[in-house]
Amino acid sequence: MSATAVATRELLLVEAVNDALHVELARDDSVMVLGEDVGRLGGVFRATSGLRDAFGANRCVDTPLSEAGILGAAVGLCMAGWRPVVEMQYDAFSYPCLDQLINHVGRYRWRTGGTMAFPLVVRMPYGGGVRAPELHDDSPETYYVHTPGVKVAVPATPADAKGLLAAAIRDPDPVVVLEPKLVYRTARGAVPEGEHVVELGRARVAREGSDVTLVAWGAMVGVCERAADALAAQVSAEVLDLRTLKPLDEESLLASVRKTGKCVVVQEAPRTCGFASEVAALLAERAILDLHGPVLRVTGYDVPYPYWQLEDWYMPSVERVVDAVQRVLAF
Amino acid sequence: MDAVEQGLRRVIGDGNEPDRRVEGLDDDALLELHRSLVLLRTYDERSVVYHRQGRIGTYAIYRGHEAIQAGLVHALEPRDWIFPSYRDSAIGLLRGLPAATVLQWWRGHPSGWWNPEDVNVASICVPIATQVPHAAGLAWGLALKGSDAVAAVLFGDGATSEGAFHEGANIAAVVKAPLVLVCNNNQWAISTPLSAQTAAARLADKAVGYGMPGLRVDGHDVLSVYEAVREGVARARAGEGPTFVEAVTYRSAPHATADDPSLYIDPDRVAAEQERDCVALYEAYLTRLGLLDDARIDSVREEALATMRAAIQAAEDEAPPDPELVFSHAYANPPASLAQDLEELRRVHA
Repeated sequence: MSATAVATRELLLVEAVNDALHVELARDDSVMVLGEDVGRLGGVFRATSGLRDAFGANRCVDTPLSEAGILGAAVGLCMAGWRPVVEMQYDAFSYPCLDQLINHVGRYRWRTGGTMAFPLVVRMPYGGGVRAPELHDDSPETYYVHTPGVKVAVPATPADAKGLLAAAIRDPDPVVVLEPKLVYRTARGAVPEGEHVVELGRARVAREGSDVTLVAWGAMVGVCERAADALAAQVSAEVLDLRTLKPLDEESLLASVRKTGKCVVVQEAPRTCGFASEVAALLAERAILDLHGPVLRVTGYDVPYPYWQLEDWYMPSVERVVDAVQRVLAF
Repeated sequence: MDAVEQGLRRVIGDGNEPDRRVEGLDDDALLELHRSLVLLRTYDERSVVYHRQGRIGTYAIYRGHEAIQAGLVHALEPRDWIFPSYRDSAIGLLRGLPAATVLQWWRGHPSGWWNPEDVNVASICVPIATQVPHAAGLAWGLALKGSDAVAAVLFGDGATSEGAFHEGANIAAVVKAPLVLVCNNNQWAISTPLSAQTAAARLADKAVGYGMPGLRVDGHDVLSVYEAVREGVARARAGEGPTFVEAVTYRSAPHATADDPSLYIDPDRVAAEQERDCVALYEAYLTRLGLLDDARIDSVREEALATMRAAIQAAEDEAPPDPELVFSHAYANPPASLAQDLEELRRVHA
């Protein structure tokens, strides 16, 4: 190991989120955390554990049950010079805050001619597969990506969960960070100690390959990696973890597809106008002569996320990804 | 103090009760308040004319509500923040915001942008009630940083039906945010009367549910608004949390320049309300005090008219906005895709 190697610790993904918050609150005393049950309990997933003890009840605030109110208050907190990190308890619980997000969070800087900054973060556990009641399973990234003025990051690994959250907190613009709750306590990996920032807008090649590009983010990165394993005897699949949906690392996407000529995009969210559609459209516009087959999407279906005894039939599976790869290879 | 005021507080006599003086407001302060009322009135009157002349776009008229706006601003210190609704679009004039800036906002020109920190007036909030949690958050955030500044937020009676009002008021009360919530109860939300908006007898009663005091004042009476907001400001600065002020008035003008109130409003009631016009009411009060005469009224009006003539001229003299502003200011650090879009715009429209 070289002398400049960064010390790391093995952490679960949710522990890496917690680590990022501890580091960033210690680094910048204008950073504060607010949300439902984030203080005394440390969050329903313990992502904010220990913050209230370490930084006090004014910097890790248990709020009323009030998603739109919390995000609206965060807008005002920014105007008072704070950098609020808002937790939405679950993906679908964030929908009431879309009013504030669309009408104000994404517009206020613009509305002031760029004179005021709104460096807030909205972070939330997202996604299915966790055997939960209704509306604890959604993948709402499209709503956020579609909102001008807002950036969106979706980590897939513990190191990125820490680094992207730190980048989001330090970013001058509002950032929504979607944390894949399915792998909160199963994704384990080396996480740099202390300050660790993963720049927004840089995709990660999770696995190199030459025959087909599997594009994913969040919990679907692992599904793609397992599909690549399953296909390994016949196909060399590259897995591209986008990490940030906005800004999108178009160069890495185009470079990978230029190399492989084939692309399958995998998302949990329903198909129509999902982010996979944006990836496919971009490739149609910018990479048509590099493609040797159609860009295929493997997605959730255009139905409400099902009750959990049916959810395995809804979530993109390794089998569905393998099937899509075989179809594009046979094209 | 956490009760709800039952009656309708007045300072200006209504025929039954005599005129009062507001403690601490000397003659100069009373006359300054008059200048503010007249400036707001003149802005509004001229804007309706400018709209008819095609010089500004659709405009939300606030005639009759100047007492609420001016009473509020005068009860605050310059370091205190104001969160206006769209019906209070020109309130920043009382903080030195150029009238041309607000005219440009209504002309759809991006120079209608202003830096809220220059005047401690937040941007005009178009969606109903969504500025209430902003004001709560700002007031709370300033208090957390040790400032003694407070915030005041303006909204209408219809806004009290919105979730954002409830969530903002509740959070403000829970964190004891130094905030005054001022409800302009003009009894109409476009064409929907108050009776179709709420079953509550008094909007101020809602304050009880949030654990804050509720004050009720005559919204035609600028001094009663001033006095009530000042009480709320004092509580806020003392760390006692938010206060709800219901200023009862009546919308005797159309909702906006595109509205047709003849479809839903009783013209006799409008005529009766116009008899109690807030500017005329205050001018009569000052005249009774011997502070105002016709000559001074004329000179204050002329001063305001001159301001507006210069403002519309400045707005119209300004060059059309640079098309590249389409891509400006949404992000501090924009995605690269916006630069590609800008290149396309330049190429196609070169």
